[in-house]
Amino acid sequence: MTTELGPLTPDDVDDVLDDLSEEAPEPTARPLKRIKPREFKTSDIGVLALSGLSSFSIVWILFTQLTLLSGPLGFVVMWLPVFLGLYWFVNRQLFNRQVAVDRLIGSIVTVGAILMMMPLVLLTVFVFQRGLPQLTWHALFSTQQGVVYTPGSHNIGGVKHALIGTIEQVLIAAVIGVPAAVLTAIFINEVGGRFTKSVRTVVTAMSGTPAIVAGVFIYSLWVIPFGYSGFAGALALAIILLPTITRGTEEVLKVVHNDLREASIALAAPEWRTVWSVVLPTARSGLITSILLGIAVAIGETAPLIMTIFGSQVMNSNPFSQPQAALSLLAYKQIKLPIQSQIDLGYTSALVLFIMVFAVFILARLLSSSLSRKGGGKSKRSILSYTRWTPASAMERQDEGPETEFELEMEPLPPDSGERDQR
Amino acid sequence: MTTHIESNDHKLVAKSTDSSVGESLRVDGVTAAELESKGVHAWFGERMVLQDINLVMERTRVTALIGPSGCGKSTFLRILNRMHEIVPSASLAGQVELDGDDIYDPNQRAATVRRHIGMVFQRPNPFPAMTVRDNVLSGLRFNRIRSNRKDEIVEEALTKAGLWSEVRDRLGNLGGALSGGQQQRLCIARALAVKPAVLLMDEPCSALDPGSTLRIEQTVKEIADEVTVVIVTHNMQQALRVSDKTAFFLAQDGNPGYIVEAGPTSQIFENPVDPRTADYVNGRFG
Repeated sequence: MTTELGPLTPDDVDDVLDDLSEEAPEPTARPLKRIKPREFKTSDIGVLALSGLSSFSIVWILFTQLTLLSGPLGFVVMWLPVFLGLYWFVNRQLFNRQVAVDRLIGSIVTVGAILMMMPLVLLTVFVFQRGLPQLTWHALFSTQQGVVYTPGSHNIGGVKHALIGTIEQVLIAAVIGVPAAVLTAIFINEVGGRFTKSVRTVVTAMSGTPAIVAGVFIYSLWVIPFGYSGFAGALALAIILLPTITRGTEEVLKVVHNDLREASIALAAPEWRTVWSVVLPTARSGLITSILLGIAVAIGETAPLIMTIFGSQVMNSNPFSQPQAALSLLAYKQIKLPIQSQIDLGYTSALVLFIMVFAVFILARLLSSSLSRKGGGKSKRSILSYTRWTPASAMERQDEGPETEFELEMEPLPPDSGERDQR
Repeated sequence: MTTHIESNDHKLVAKSTDSSVGESLRVDGVTAAELESKGVHAWFGERMVLQDINLVMERTRVTALIGPSGCGKSTFLRILNRMHEIVPSASLAGQVELDGDDIYDPNQRAATVRRHIGMVFQRPNPFPAMTVRDNVLSGLRFNRIRSNRKDEIVEEALTKAGLWSEVRDRLGNLGGALSGGQQQRLCIARALAVKPAVLLMDEPCSALDPGSTLRIEQTVKEIADEVTVVIVTHNMQQALRVSDKTAFFLAQDGNPGYIVEAGPTSQIFENPVDPRTADYVNGRFG
């Protein structure tokens, strides 16, 4: 570049860009031995598997041959420490102390994660085991109406009335609760003002309120004057899902970078415009996730329904009058009954409920990833990575690997205020 | 820029929904305007960060604000289009006049001011949920400016920002999918699409690679024909390359920032009056 003063001409720019595009040095032709230091090699898997097998065998001998101990729980409780000790010992023979400790801690963490997964797995297996045999089209598409309780009979009716009830109540609850929740979150995070703190406190308190209290509240407010109905249940469910969705939405809005709000303000956008056209679309995928997760929570609630919908054995598709059934309430009621076929119906109901909640979770995931992928191959990455913008990340953006979809909610940025105060 | 487009520009802005007060400011929005700060002081809370800034930013010229970090350049820039006031603790004194109209007049809406005085930020911030085209048109949309020649506006703004040839086939892609340098030029196009009289640029190249920086500098030189540019930069070579006038800001030991010296760029760099300016532009501190 010339050192002369003077305006920058397009020719100068082209010259410099030409210079900058000079070719980089040729890659070396020598064969290179590539290593991946963090890779878990086959031999490592062998060590792991053999340690697991040996420790299993040792505990088996101790358990069944040398002592009179029994039971799967005790077996697992003994197997784990023996496995960890053995694994450490083998690694200690192969590597130095640091590596062995590193592997030991790694396996403790992994074992912990597996143990944490166990309740979920066991629950799923249990519900499917008990509910699946009775889950037929008949069970899905008939009600309990007109059923004579005969022990051993399989003609115990189905869960149709409860399924319809749950769907109606949750939809009404969502229609009432979701806009209120999103608006509350927008108020807390975007509008602000003197009441921000108190509103946030109220929302936090609401999320800690026992669900039965929501039921009692609606009972005194709605059920006493107007009687039991699906709508009363929907009101109680709306109280349950409001704080969940508000807090989720608030987290998602927090992650939208302040740069975007400033850009919008600098383009002379009114405040509502900034929220509607910039903040919400940017947070779209996380927003949908948090709404659906809130709804999933509401689907499974039982306590607020006991005193509001009362429950019913017959079909009532009108949510605005007369008691209605719901899957969760049906399961709760049936499982307490003394007749096996009735208990089975309760498990069927629980299974249908389980599948519904699971479907909503899957939907949340699919929607959040497909929405953020809309409009071109690279865009999914760009929306999510933009929300965690740093100058360094922008430069690396081209080289970034795939990102997990849910990081959006998990890593809120610290608020920007500190940075701004320094100016 | 052809006269054909200029005549259309007038129609575009005449349809806009300026308040009657805003009209006294500038309605045409076609030509650049002179921006002048008179005795501007600024505070964050009780801490004064800028002291008595008097500076004329001349029509269709590029004014560079240079100085070490924390000397209040960016704060001053944000005062120029009323972005300073969105920080709750911020306050200021003095006047900023756009062709003689005080932008801090109580009758003046901040949004109107910001429409005439556009801004490009340090980090590229295209709206990630909007396409390239929608990003360029976002200013029109936000201000409810209707136009039936949006395609022309998009092409014109992107051409001015030096991005048209690179994105003409990708107008439907999301703004975030562009490279960093392209994103920043998209932000420039977005700011130019509403025909501002002044364009403020807050270190527009500090997050970019050298090639993109150069392209943006070229863009700045080109758009200066029709818009007054004020650019904050830490890069003195950049100030030298793009600006006609330079103001050197300094803040010492936590005291408020002030202008040490302002004048034609060649004078500031070759023949500064103040020894501190000479030290700074020659890289002896900062």
